[in-house]
This record gives sequence, C-alpha cells and structure tokens, in this order.
Amino acid sequence: MSARTLYDKLFDSHVVREENGTALIYIDRHLVHEVTSPQAFEGLRLADRKVWRINSMLAVPDHNVPTTDRSQGIADPISRLQVETLEQNCNDFGVTEFKMGDARQGIVHVMGPEQGATLPGMTVVCGDSHTSTHGAFGALAHGIGTSEVEHVMATQCLVQKKSKAMQVRVEGKLGHGVTAKDIALAIIGKIGTAGGTGYAVEFAGSAIRALSMEGRMTLCNMAIEAGARAGMVAVDETTMNYVKGRPYAPRPEQWDAAVAYWSTLHSDEGARFDSVVELSAEAIEPQVTWGTSPEMVTAINGAVPDPANESDPTKRGGIERALQYMGLEANTPMDQINIDKVFIGSCTNSRIEDLRAAAAVAKGKHVAANVKLAMVVPGSGLVKAQAEQEGLDKIFKDAGFEWREPGCSMCLAMNADRLEPGERCASTSNRNFEGRQGPGGRTHLVSPEMAAAAAVAGHFVDVRLLLN
Amino acid sequence: MQAFTQLNGLVVPLDRANVDTDAIIPKQFLKSIKRAGFGPNAFDEWRYLDHGEPGMDNSQRPLNPDFSLNQVRYQGASVLLARENFGCGSSREHAPWALLDFGFRAIIAPSYADIFFNNCFKNGILPIILSADIVDSLFNAVESSVGYKLTIDLEAQTISTPDAQSYAFEVDTFRKHCLLNGLDDIGLTLQHVDEIKAFEEKYKQVQPWLFN
Ligand code: SF4
Repeated sequence: MSARTLYDKLFDSHVVREENGTALIYIDRHLVHEVTSPQAFEGLRLADRKVWRINSMLAVPDHNVPTTDRSQGIADPISRLQVETLEQNCNDFGVTEFKMGDARQGIVHVMGPEQGATLPGMTVVCGDSHTSTHGAFGALAHGIGTSEVEHVMATQCLVQKKSKAMQVRVEGKLGHGVTAKDIALAIIGKIGTAGGTGYAVEFAGSAIRALSMEGRMTLCNMAIEAGARAGMVAVDETTMNYVKGRPYAPRPEQWDAAVAYWSTLHSDEGARFDSVVELSAEAIEPQVTWGTSPEMVTAINGAVPDPANESDPTKRGGIERALQYMGLEANTPMDQINIDKVFIGSCTNSRIEDLRAAAAVAKGKHVAANVKLAMVVPGSGLVKAQAEQEGLDKIFKDAGFEWREPGCSMCLAMNADRLEPGERCASTSNRNFEGRQGPGGRTHLVSPEMAAAAAVAGHFVDVRLLLN
Repeated sequence: MQAFTQLNGLVVPLDRANVDTDAIIPKQFLKSIKRAGFGPNAFDEWRYLDHGEPGMDNSQRPLNPDFSLNQVRYQGASVLLARENFGCGSSREHAPWALLDFGFRAIIAPSYADIFFNNCFKNGILPIILSADIVDSLFNAVESSVGYKLTIDLEAQTISTPDAQSYAFEVDTFRKHCLLNGLDDIGLTLQHVDEIKAFEEKYKQVQPWLFN
C-alpha cells in the first residue's frame, strides 16, 4: 500500500460507506456539554429517536458553572436552567454525566483525556470547536454543530468529506520559557486564522515530539484558531504512558493489542501532504496578541503594529478597528502595556503542567498593585486536587491570586467571571475576539508563564527575564 | 428543514473580514435551550448601542445607526454579503439559527470557516463562495444602488444581478440535494442502518477496548 498520512489512516478506518466523495464515518466518542446539546436532545424526542450507543457518550457541565462557592448552586436562573436541562436529558437517556459536585467535573476537553475517554485511533466529536484538542492523542477529533450532535446521537455516524492534509513541522529545541502555547500562536501568526481552513493538520517534528501530552493538547486545541477543524499528533511513548491506567483506558488484558494498533498511528515515511509549513523552534519567542483575532500576534519584544505600514485596505481597516477596540497606540512596545486582570485557565491552559509552570513564576512574588484580579481556574476537579496536593494553591494564594473551582470561566464569560468594559486582561485562553471575555473587554492571549509574569509585573513582560 | 430552491432577495453588505460566531450571536444568548428566537440578537453588540441580555425587550433598545443591518435601505434583506473567513470561531449552531431567524437565506463571501459553513446547510441557509474580486464588485454595486437584489438559483448554481450579469457557483452534490429537497440528514443516514451495524460488529472485533 502506498504511504499514508496519519489523517488518512484515521479517516479511512472509520468509513462506513462512501458515495460521491461524501462519507459516513463512525464516531467512537461523543462528548457533551450543556450549551450545544439541549436542542439536540429535544430533536431526538420530537422525532421519537433513541441514542444509538449510550456508552460512547460522556457529559459534563462546564460553560455555565460558577467558579466560586458552589454550595448555593447557580445564581443566574438562565444558566441554572441550562445545566439542569443537561442533567435531565442525561437522566432521561441514560448518559453518564459528571455533575457539578463530582471531582471529575471540569472543562469537557480536560475531562475527556483525563478519564482516558480520549484514546489513540478514535474519532472524537463534541458540539464545541475546541474538540480539536483530543487530536493530541493521535485521534481524529473535531467540533460539530448541534444538528450534528443530534445526528451522532441517533446514528453514531457523521456525514463527512475528507479534508486536505497539512503538515506543520516544528524542528529544534524550544528556548527556556517558551511553550506549546507560543508555538501555537507563532503558527497562527504565520499562516493566519484561515490558513488551516479545509485542512486536517498534523503537527510534527522534533519540537512536537519533545512536548508532553499537556503541551500537545494546548497545540491541537489552537488548531481551530488557525481554521483547521482537526489538529493531530502521532502516537508515541508519551501518548501511551499518559493513557495507561486511566479509568476508560483499555483493560490490562486488552492493553497489548491496543498498543500494537496504536503504534501504527503515525504518517508513513514519504506520505504526501497537500501543504507543509515549517517553523524553527529556536526562532519562537514568547508571544502576546495585540488585536481581536489570534493571528494579531507578536513576540514579547515586538510592538503594536502600525496600520500605516499595511498596504491591503481590508487588512488595514482590520488593524485600525482592532487597535481602537483594544485601546492601543501603534508602535507601543508590548512590554509597556499595563493590564487590569489575569486569567489562567481554559481548555487551552488549565492542566496540571500549566498550573505548575505558572506557579513557578509566581512563587515568592506578589501580584502587582495595579492588577485588580488575578485568577487561576483549574481545568477539572482532579487537576485542582492534584495542584492542592502539590501545594500550588498555596503558592498562588500567597502571591495574591484567587484559586477557583473548575470550569470555562472567563474564557468566554458565560458565568459570573468577566471583564468590565475597557479592562485589559492577560489570558491563557484561546480567543481574543471582541467581547469574548465580557462586553468591551480587551484580551491578550499568552502562555501560563507569561500570564503569571504579567500578573506580578502589572504589565506584559518577557518571562525569561524573571526566570533567569 | 426548509427547502432552498430559488431566491430573489435584497442584499445587505457587512464589510468586515473574519466575522466570528461570537459576533453573530454573543454568548449570553446561548443560554437558551431553544432553537428559535435568536434573530433579534443577531450581531447584538454591533447592532445596538447598549449591552444586550436575554429577556430584554429588543424593540426598546437604542440601535446603532452606522451598522448596515439597521439602515432603512437594507430592511427586509435575505442575502448577506460578507468578507473572507466568515463565521470563524465557536461551533455554535446558534449563529446560523440567528441568521435564519433574522431572515437570511443566503450568504455570499469569498470564504467561510468550516464548521459554520457546514452548519448553514443543516438549517436551510445557502453559503455561497465567490472570488474575492466578484465579492468586491458586489460590495460596490450594493452600496451604489438602493434596493439591490440578487437572484439565486440553486438548481442552476447561478447568481444573477439586476444588470443581467450571471455568476456560477460551486456546491457539493449531496448538500445541494438535501437543500433542494429540505431533507433531514438523520433520516437519510438511517436508511443505512444495516451497513452501520455491520461496520460496528466488525470494528468491535478489532478494537474491543472502544466498547468497554
Ligand atoms: S474553556 Fe473556553 S474554549 Fe474551552 S470549551 Fe470552555 S469556553 Fe470553549
């Protein structure tokens, strides 16, 4: 057989039938949260349809849950109704759900891998664009709309056309203080937010192989911000070591067969990609976004761009509008921009390794006086427990950070955590769109290390200066 | 799903690139557990001068006069003319629901984000891709002539302008078939139950751990 890409292998092994280039692909894992599922459950009821394979589903409330004291439940009645609706639907249909009081509750894209519910070779879907995260395991994972959520529930399949394949190669060794988040932002800065549209992206190269699973998840999480529905990384020792022993992982007697199959999940030597993008790890510096799209990004030692230097009128208009919204002057050095709030969390950067890295920067220092709020929101109850066991909560609290309950929180501000109009935030999340963290709020995307550094400095700063 | 065959519709321009689904329908409205009623909050942050929350009486809110969708000349538009990478960001299907509820049946842009593009077809909205040059000329035409309408014929895959120009567009055969006939995907897929079951059985033998 001719050389195949990882994407070819994952896609082809799930094709149930194909007609005129449109395939019906089988779905192994269906993750569910409260925002994009109610209308799908309602659709099933209306059409009197059943769920095809209940065991493929796993549900968790994350977008609307409060991150402060939960003993009183959810204050906002509309948020509460949505979370209760998920609970009701899961009860009615028999879907496993990790409810708000459960230690396993957390952001859906943190919870799945943590439970071993995301496995190599799987097709994983969720009514959420950041489902691309799960591709870190050598899985084919992508976000779907609510109609498709209903379709997967009813048929265990999805109607799909095969995408083109792109390889993003990052070779070399990352510098100290440079992270997977910086790789992700540097890639988006290079290819743009539509650069990956129509492609399934495989991240490869020595810098990617050197990343932990947490780092690979951060990277694949941001594939969607480059326009690619799916991002993926080949399976290796790192993947298998992470999966082993987790609740939903293969049982001991199944393990060897699983490993034998998983070991084939990489692109073959000489496999052809429709597009290849190359970056050198050594050239990547800590990144900070300055605008209202993740592609509006620069290195920490860079400056806010000058629209006058842009010749394309649509792009120039975009830069001008972004600077106006962000309240920034052209040519301002990034490290002179003061911040009001800091958010460390989201499905991009709320795993244990992220919290360790941020804590290492914050340790023994204090949040600057001009910073009104610096919050750390662990990705799940289990991440929170692990961090507390390691004493990270104490480091953060001593440094003046708030230590919260798990959920999406200020990544999209559907709960009570949000920016006020005009407030500027150093955020480890994935989107800096207008109003994303609250109406009029100004988001700058950074790594956890850079967010912690900004918190203690009161402005963006090159974290490498603090680490040395 | 409502079928889409032909449309003769007023066009409204939205002259921005990378319009994301957060902008099309802000998150506070995603708390609804229904599919309908999102129209009054489509583009909420651009359309109104105050901050919108669910449950407000939208007819009493101050409109932003500079936003094209609010201008008298574009009232009743059913075709949205947009720039590249339209619908990027979140996978929320509330975005096409809001556009449909507002009255849009077709969108014309040089490119779309994948998930949004896909979601449109599931809801009877036709997202059309035309080259950046043609889209540019349509922006000029719409802005310079009040009451500018386009005729979209899905069967023939053409768009005709008032001055009798015609542009062809591509559309996937399967999606076209579903849209023309207003077909529900689930019903179509369930015609292949036996094939799905056969696949599942075989698959279970090979990767039993997926069925633990
Ligand atoms: S953390 Fe943010 S991006 Fe991730 S699932 Fe939640 S809202 Fe979406």
